[in-house]
Amino acid sequence: MLTKRIIPCLDVTEGRVVKGTSFTNLRDAGDPVEQAAFYYGEGADELVFLDIGATPEARDTMVHVVEKVARQVFVPLCVGGGLRTIDDVRRMLQAGADKVSINTAAVQNPGLLREGAAIFGRQCMVLAVDARRSGEAAWEVCTHGGRKPTGINVLDWIREAVDLGAGEILLTSWDADGHRSGYDNELNRAVSELVAVPVIASGGAGALDHLYQALSIGKADAVLAASIFHYREYSIRQAKEYLAAKGIPVRLQ
Amino acid sequence: MLALTPLYTYANIINTVSGFHIPRCRSYDKKQNSLPLTFLSIMNRKSKTIAVINYGAGNLGSVANALVKLGYSPVVTSSIAEVLNAHAVFLPGVGAGGDTMKSLEVSGMAAAVLKLVELQRPLFAICVGMQVLLSSTEEDGEHRCLGIIPGKVRKLPQGLKVPHMGWNQVRQTVSHPVFGGIPDNTYFYFVHSYYAHPGDSSAVAGVTEYGIEFCSMLIKDNLFATQFHPEKSGEAGLRMYSNFLKYALS
Repeated sequence: MLTKRIIPCLDVTEGRVVKGTSFTNLRDAGDPVEQAAFYYGEGADELVFLDIGATPEARDTMVHVVEKVARQVFVPLCVGGGLRTIDDVRRMLQAGADKVSINTAAVQNPGLLREGAAIFGRQCMVLAVDARRSGEAAWEVCTHGGRKPTGINVLDWIREAVDLGAGEILLTSWDADGHRSGYDNELNRAVSELVAVPVIASGGAGALDHLYQALSIGKADAVLAASIFHYREYSIRQAKEYLAAKGIPVRLQ
Repeated sequence: MLALTPLYTYANIINTVSGFHIPRCRSYDKKQNSLPLTFLSIMNRKSKTIAVINYGAGNLGSVANALVKLGYSPVVTSSIAEVLNAHAVFLPGVGAGGDTMKSLEVSGMAAAVLKLVELQRPLFAICVGMQVLLSSTEEDGEHRCLGIIPGKVRKLPQGLKVPHMGWNQVRQTVSHPVFGGIPDNTYFYFVHSYYAHPGDSSAVAGVTEYGIEFCSMLIKDNLFATQFHPEKSGEAGLRMYSNFLKYALS
């Protein structure tokens, strides 16, 4: 049976893992290569790296981080943050990433998704969406690390992006991110029911039950979490055992 | 003596052929440095070679990284001669079946793979690399494939999320040393929208359930193929590659 995936997220800036609230107030949380190896050992199903610095110099640093991680971590790696062109995508994939997540650049140039899917396969192209609640069952796409509202409806955008070539959706609730009070499961469910590609729920995990809710009520295929794992409040294994006890299929080995 | 790096190390090939820039793995260096010099020079000449086929597509870096982690020094190569001379060969694959077939034909690797099979050379094909072994694929229209295993590549049924992406179980339908130390129904990492449907069920070695039960692993003589990615399947995947290489190089 296909399992639900538990994905620790490493927000990286200038070669260090950081953690903040609603995309700001960053705190240092360690070395990305060490963290990645640690999560791999703990049984993470996949790892996501988001380069939140995303200056050209930071991108070079990120390429080296990905190269090092790919030599010791044998689960899928997804890298995102500031990737704008096919060459940026190619560089990350050659460094050892299995997929890339594209956010702002896809909104500005949706053709990037189509082109990337044609060259690398749609499984490589993850659409990252930062969704800010704008009303009853309505969300607005934010770009530039959540700072810039675009007026674009989240569900319309995701439908279009999947038609273009996005093979997976990394869905972050701007409102819930960093607040540790649970995912926006109305959002997760709306997107999961909308498209046929897998959805990774992100933003708001503060307890193991939040993971469970995103996978059950939110119908997500995977959950991404940062702080609950970084500060060792819970291990990946504890999270999986909790979910397994609640009847969620997970990989426990 | 130690400065005399073998001509076709993993790092050299990666740097020169595919444009990758991955320095050689530390564990590999350590291993090599710890060997006596005389033994080292013998090894450089006589050690068995492992080729990862570079045909301009696929996840070459990941497969090579996994093999380096296991202590081998694979060559990632687009040289047909080098592929044909290797003692064990990996055929990686990511992307669309039709495009992959085209790349294999344009690069001359399609003929090389057929030759390897004819020679009974140990060959491990991964994901789309497995799919192109069949007679044809229905991905993006109908495309002829290598025809080594009779059968078709079909689209996964509707109603479930596609791609089939994530960790799923492989039920072992044969007993083989390649499964050594890997319990039945172990999870491996999958990412695909099409699946191999071999006409010859005697080649099926493992099956997986996703809406339907499909063939997720083939073994025919010295030919091994997986729909899943062992190089992305944690310790179980590394174990499978290790088992294959022990079997292939013994």
